[in-house]
Amino acid sequence: MTKVPSQAKAVIIGAGIVGNSIAYHLARLGWRDLVQIDKGPLPNPGGSTGHASNFIFPTDHSKEMTAITADSMRQYKERGTFTECGGIEVARTPERMQELQRRMSSAHSWGVPDTKILTPAEVKELVPYIDETVILGGFYTPSVGVVDSLRAGTLMREEAVSMGALQTFANIEVIGMDVENGRITRVRTDQGDIDAEYVVIATGCWGPKLAAMAGAYIPLTPAVHQMKDIGPVPFFKDTKGDIEWPIVRDMDTNMYERQHGTGLEVGSYAHRPILYTPEDIPSNAAAALSPTEFPFTQEDFDLQDEHSLELMPSIVGDENVREKYAINGILSLTPDGMPIVGETPEVKGLWTASAVWVKEGPGTGKSLAEWMVLGESEIDMHASDIARFHQHQKMTYHIKERTFEGFNKTYGIVHPNEQWSSNRNVRLSPFYAHEKELGAVFYETAGWERPFWYESNANLLEKFGDAVMPRTAEWESRWWSPIINAEHLQMRETAGIVDLSAFAIFDLTGPSALDVVQRVALRQMDVAIGRVVYTPVLGVNGGFKSDLTIMRLGENHFRVVTGGAHGMADKKWFSDQLPADGTAQIVDLTSHYTTIGIWGPAARDILAAITSENLSKENFAFSTCRPIEVGPLSVLASRISYVGDLGWELYVPIEQGAKLWEMIWESGKNHGLIPVGIGVYGTTGRLEKSYRAYGAELETEYNVVEAGMQSPRLKQQDFIGRAAHEKHRDATPVTTLVSLFVDDHTSASGEQRYMLGKEPILTLDKEPIIDSHGRRSYVTSAGSAPSLGKHVLMTYLPTDLAVIGNKFLVEYLGEFYPVSVAGVGATPLFDPANERILS
Amino acid sequence: MEILVCLKRVPIAGGTFLLTPDNRNVETKHLGFGVSPHEENAVEAGVQLVEQMGGSLTLLTLGPTESEEQLRAQLAIGATRAILLETDGEDWDPQATAAALVDAINAEEKQFDLILFGAESADSAGYQIHIRVAHALNRPIVTNVKAMTITGNVAQCERVVGSDREIYEAPLPAIITVRDGLNIPRYPSVPGRIQSRKKPVDIKKTEPSVPKLEKLQLTLAPSKSKGAEILGEGEAAVPALIDVLQKIGILS
Repeated sequence: MTKVPSQAKAVIIGAGIVGNSIAYHLARLGWRDLVQIDKGPLPNPGGSTGHASNFIFPTDHSKEMTAITADSMRQYKERGTFTECGGIEVARTPERMQELQRRMSSAHSWGVPDTKILTPAEVKELVPYIDETVILGGFYTPSVGVVDSLRAGTLMREEAVSMGALQTFANIEVIGMDVENGRITRVRTDQGDIDAEYVVIATGCWGPKLAAMAGAYIPLTPAVHQMKDIGPVPFFKDTKGDIEWPIVRDMDTNMYERQHGTGLEVGSYAHRPILYTPEDIPSNAAAALSPTEFPFTQEDFDLQDEHSLELMPSIVGDENVREKYAINGILSLTPDGMPIVGETPEVKGLWTASAVWVKEGPGTGKSLAEWMVLGESEIDMHASDIARFHQHQKMTYHIKERTFEGFNKTYGIVHPNEQWSSNRNVRLSPFYAHEKELGAVFYETAGWERPFWYESNANLLEKFGDAVMPRTAEWESRWWSPIINAEHLQMRETAGIVDLSAFAIFDLTGPSALDVVQRVALRQMDVAIGRVVYTPVLGVNGGFKSDLTIMRLGENHFRVVTGGAHGMADKKWFSDQLPADGTAQIVDLTSHYTTIGIWGPAARDILAAITSENLSKENFAFSTCRPIEVGPLSVLASRISYVGDLGWELYVPIEQGAKLWEMIWESGKNHGLIPVGIGVYGTTGRLEKSYRAYGAELETEYNVVEAGMQSPRLKQQDFIGRAAHEKHRDATPVTTLVSLFVDDHTSASGEQRYMLGKEPILTLDKEPIIDSHGRRSYVTSAGSAPSLGKHVLMTYLPTDLAVIGNKFLVEYLGEFYPVSVAGVGATPLFDPANERILS
Repeated sequence: MEILVCLKRVPIAGGTFLLTPDNRNVETKHLGFGVSPHEENAVEAGVQLVEQMGGSLTLLTLGPTESEEQLRAQLAIGATRAILLETDGEDWDPQATAAALVDAINAEEKQFDLILFGAESADSAGYQIHIRVAHALNRPIVTNVKAMTITGNVAQCERVVGSDREIYEAPLPAIITVRDGLNIPRYPSVPGRIQSRKKPVDIKKTEPSVPKLEKLQLTLAPSKSKGAEILGEGEAAVPALIDVLQKIGILS
């Protein structure tokens, strides 16, 4: 019997590529006393690493994913476990050809080298066994390669062992975890207990089961990815290595074909989604192959056989090329398609990196280790942060519904604004019925149904004519309506009522509440009661962890209001700062309060008509809040604006929301009030005002000075990221956030085209723009600015280039459009003196 | 030449056998299914004979609806058509199974010159069905055949008994059960898979005659090997090692 140590600094559960990488990087960063266990044997414990196809295509539309993948490739190469073979994503349809141009854009935005769009004949030259007549072209990435993930993982483990930092034990099963005072204390195994300060779950598809032992959630599901190996292929008989020919991804059929020695491996994400639970996965002993290699189900692959035959008839159609091996391989899927990384919000000290594929393994391991040891990873991991999930998103139902829907999008053409169709109507605002009646088109945020625009405003299209900047191209018209711009223009004339129920709201109370908010917020929080403070929240390196507003409601009472999408991560960030002595508390009031926004020149008159409160400029100043009486309701009114007009956010208990809506609606009838959707609130209104958004302009890779958001004076009190921030303030920023106007929208075919975001910004010679820290210029946000009659793009530019009037190009779907700098720093493009907001 | 191969859908076991909680069946929830290995040899033999001599190869099985998967997989190897005697999924006793097969064979318009079985099924290994079918059809039978040639109307069959070989000649029509070693079964090709989906499978609902055998319970055989035994570590292990080496005659 193996004897595990009774004590460790950290226990890493799992010895796949992720666990091995975490072990190595924790050791590299100086941690010792690491214990790694796996219930399977080494070097292949039977998880998804063991059967992965192991190839890496570096380009993803997600910047975070691309960065993690690039870092992983570097680590595989350092260990001699990467074989470059090139890869081609082929298109069978015109829609896919457009998508391949989008992938070219993403490659340029994130710096993937040497990618190229190929003609069918050029594809044929690289892959002689393809039938080029079934494709329209390809997206070629020479740097695609295949890795040996088992070998790389073994080497990483050995490196950690040689540093004297790690002991690894195979064939040990975790049977429980102990949590005391919200903190992990112990891992129980079938070979003894291990006391530990930190526990990391890196067990892929088994994650949910292990997390549940500690009362935490890892919302993923095991799912089947089918693959079939055929051979021997006469054409490959002289190949020497594992991989010599480019890997082909047949995007429109959700499949890939790769040479594997003398065989051809055909893989698919096209079959019906086949989902399991961790309990369905057999033990190593009971499994026919490995636990994560389920018996192949041919009927699910029937169509894929035909598709591979179409694309590669000379190989697949050869009667003498036979099936060698076929499995239903198990991998992990998440409800939003991103990995699950970080410290669980339920249990301190319990960390995970789950639903991480081989192409991301080493990079994720490095980032997680940095996060654990240094408090922040070099690559911003917010889209993978396990703290992002709302409670309903951790439920099995949600996981199943969304992964079922998402599985076939693995190679899909996913529009940036595409909405999920499954598991909707989970969180409804009290105005939902009214909104529905008004023809609201609902988009989802954090489970909330939010009107993006209202069909009832279609009559405004005629009024505003071409000022709504109508779009003719299908791609930009998808998930968009000119009504958004009409609502915007009408709001600027009269007023709009906006449903803001999706806000995450939490209160900090207690004698230490001020200390906690001071520590989190960049801005001074020791303000008068009734002040509303918009503040960046910094990470330890002075980049953006979030941005949000905090109202001071009492001496020891602060209310934090933040976006729904990022709300749970913010809540964890605040919670992590609570003192151990219990002198401050955090209470989530998201489901207690609903919020209505009312903005526009008529907002004051509409509200004044239903309250006795004096709302004049002098009596209700901007950036203040206080309770007011509106009919029978006590409403917390907060005078701020994210859209650039006079108005208030109004907070009431959720069951009174409908009453408030009705009173405002009634009052607004005399003032031209219209319902306004999130299309205005989130995009057009904010872009005209050059307001930054977290996750777009604001992330840990950029700092406050670069974003143009530094205050003239720095508060005395300490806060997270202060030391770094002080350095940033003292230095000239290497990059500066600017707003661009698109100067000409006309494409080669004469159509007006409108960028949607993430496109590369290039010099007039079509060269990439890279700052001295290696960051490339790309579009962080894009959208209409109807009051300016312009399409606005935001981007960071090296500071010397960030000069009003400077001209650049934006690459969009394979064409180049002229843009010029319209605004530098935080000065708004529209109403730069903020006269409207302050009126 | 008209050939029939009889098949059985069986689970492909992993490292460890598990039983269902009631101990009446093998737990198959983690397992895939196939046909018994010897039956793959039978299909291969049938396909080769049809390739050489013309005619057709029919597959016959009795089992649950899902048995169509196994029929399609063997059709992908090159069989012509298949018959599925569909049951409710319960195991039938050998008498009932053989009776149903015989009925199905008799119901065919054409007579099969050769009926092939695998030597035994991979799961129950009862060695009964083929004998019962031969008896009912009044045909000669040779079992456990490892080599076979057909010349005219005669099948010459070779079986291995201990270190000896026995050679039989059986006049056709005959029934022959084959073993692995007869040939190397081919795997399906993708075109074979695609063609198999268009080949006819007759599905006939089948009711069992009154069973004479009832399965009460399964028990797992004790595992044969104890696995590796650790004799000790470092120098301390030397005496124990010497003991073992002496015991097995390597050291005297």
